[in-house]
Amino acid sequence: MSIRIYVPRETTASSLGAELVVEAIATEAKYRNLDVTIVRNGSRGACFLEPLVEVETANGRVGYGPVTSDDVHELFDAEFLTGGQHNLSLGNVSELPWFKNQERLTFARCGLIAATSVDDYKSLGGFVGLQNALQKSSADIVKEVLDSGLRGRGGAAFPTGIKWKTVMDAQPDGEHTQKYIVCNADEGDSGTFSDRMIMEGDPLSLVEGMLIAGIAVGATKGYIYLRSEYPLTQVILNEAIANAHKAGYLGANILGSGKAFDLEVRMGAGSYVCGEETSLLESLEGKRGEIRPKPPLPALKGLFGKPTVVNNVISLATIPVILEKGGKHYANFGRGRSLGTLPFQLGGNIKHGGLVEKAFGLTLRQLIEDFGGGTYSGNPLRAVQVGGPLGAYFPAELLDTPLDYEDFAKAGGMLGHGGVVVFDTSVNMARMARFSMEFCAAESCGKCTPCRIGSTRGMETIDRIVAAKSEHEREYQHIILKDLCETMESTSLCAMGGLTPMPVMSAVKHFKGDFQ
Amino acid sequence: MMQTASPATFRDFTLELATEVVEEFRDQPGALIVALHKLQETFGYVDEAAMPMLGRLFNVSRAEVHGVTSFYHDFRRHKPGRYTVKVCQAEACQAMGSEQLTAAVKQQLGIDFHETTADGNFTLEPVYCLGNCACSPNIIVDKQTYGRVTPKSFQALTNALASKAAGEK
Repeated sequence: MSIRIYVPRETTASSLGAELVVEAIATEAKYRNLDVTIVRNGSRGACFLEPLVEVETANGRVGYGPVTSDDVHELFDAEFLTGGQHNLSLGNVSELPWFKNQERLTFARCGLIAATSVDDYKSLGGFVGLQNALQKSSADIVKEVLDSGLRGRGGAAFPTGIKWKTVMDAQPDGEHTQKYIVCNADEGDSGTFSDRMIMEGDPLSLVEGMLIAGIAVGATKGYIYLRSEYPLTQVILNEAIANAHKAGYLGANILGSGKAFDLEVRMGAGSYVCGEETSLLESLEGKRGEIRPKPPLPALKGLFGKPTVVNNVISLATIPVILEKGGKHYANFGRGRSLGTLPFQLGGNIKHGGLVEKAFGLTLRQLIEDFGGGTYSGNPLRAVQVGGPLGAYFPAELLDTPLDYEDFAKAGGMLGHGGVVVFDTSVNMARMARFSMEFCAAESCGKCTPCRIGSTRGMETIDRIVAAKSEHEREYQHIILKDLCETMESTSLCAMGGLTPMPVMSAVKHFKGDFQ
Repeated sequence: MMQTASPATFRDFTLELATEVVEEFRDQPGALIVALHKLQETFGYVDEAAMPMLGRLFNVSRAEVHGVTSFYHDFRRHKPGRYTVKVCQAEACQAMGSEQLTAAVKQQLGIDFHETTADGNFTLEPVYCLGNCACSPNIIVDKQTYGRVTPKSFQALTNALASKAAGEK
């Protein structure tokens, strides 16, 4: 019988030579006359082990990693096809503490299956949520999502069910109003990669989530707006969509239910601000990605002026498990108003970086130390930025903050998309603060003045603080910076200008000594 | 050893060919950006001469086409080198020394951002996040991302790419 070997077809693994590993395994197996099947899964999330090669054995999936093509010959010699010992041996991968201590709902299948295979997807609960949804009324589907407590995982954390209900009830053109489901896959925040990982490792969960959303609100067309920095993701997504079509899950008559739904992937073009939902809609319409003032809400006047659900990838990919196991089951995880799980992403200067899905409530320290193993460099941790480029910088003293939307806000931060970027003692926080302003200046859509002009003035002011010749002059410039940040925060049209002050002011607050 | 792709082969711009490759998007709603991507994929850049044609195709003014093209970082106005190298400048890569890597890359290639090497092999651009933040610093060459890049591994990579380009000339 053919031995199954798993090697991810995924950006991280590929960036570290996975394609060469696949080639080497195929060549070596042929040379040794061994019957192997190489399965292309997604990443299981432990980026520090990539490329992670797994072999299906009588004792479960045995892993080796990180593997380079140079190791392959030796692995064969060590009889890895039957789980033989080698210095890259990891044992049964599911038993590693990194995986064992996670609570995977959204990412339950990711890395376990051939990413785009409908059969593999169904073998682990895929499309059960859709079957359940097809038995329910629109209102009951929305109720299930409301019961789950799911809040938008893109960062704003708006309750998904309420958004859906607004779109479901919107019928400006009567019963046959054209509505859209738009998936925001413009994951531009540094330190975030969970959208990419689910799209590469379990893309059909996103397809199913969008389908269920379409059925719930009465939309027949969905768009996935994917950033152009993810070329491999584009290939995998399109393959998954084509497979779903072939199997009858997309098209004019889904599984004979009489309901129609179609999906299209549209590529972004390198603009960060297009991750903001109204700017994204403009871009999808083929225009400059400039922010639209709200109201009107996209839920009422969205894509091409029609009622539109705009949800982040993770929000949508979490819908199948909610419809499969029930909203109440999902709400059993987490605490307070932060219910369910969040796929946290550990990046930057971190020893064991990757994706950790856990219920809300563990502390930042548990995440960084227990899962992450501390800094990559081995130097002490100095700062952590949580929630992307618009999130606050926390000093080591705040590591015991629980990862929960409300607790993070209370501590002056933002949990956002759950991206965690670790910096060691080599970081200069005045430079990071300046970078936030610089980034805002480069990426501002230009629609509103506080963001367009404020970001450049912010850069100049930070330069003046650093170059100040006297304490008096420095304090004076600090007052200007604070005033500028308050103006940007309260008068910008969207989160780009409105939140850029967060990393800047948190750097000033916690690391003022760096500003000289 | 590193994974390397073949150098990009771009067609020479003609208005006829440009019209032909974007024609299929005429009836897709809001597909101007889709068409711009197609032009860039075909020619390596978006030629000024294609803009009036795009305006007619999508029923927008020439100024609007120009506005859209210039808004997005991806769209170039001049033909790039055989390989486009983008070095990540975002926070997670900064935490792993992307600043030093960027300086080394510029020095090795002898060019700054938005420039092309004299031999026509490499165009250098900044990029903000490639979504590989647990294996920083990162670069992307055309469609292939590379993680944990060092000045030394970058040198090896560009050497391999340059000889590949020479072999296919």
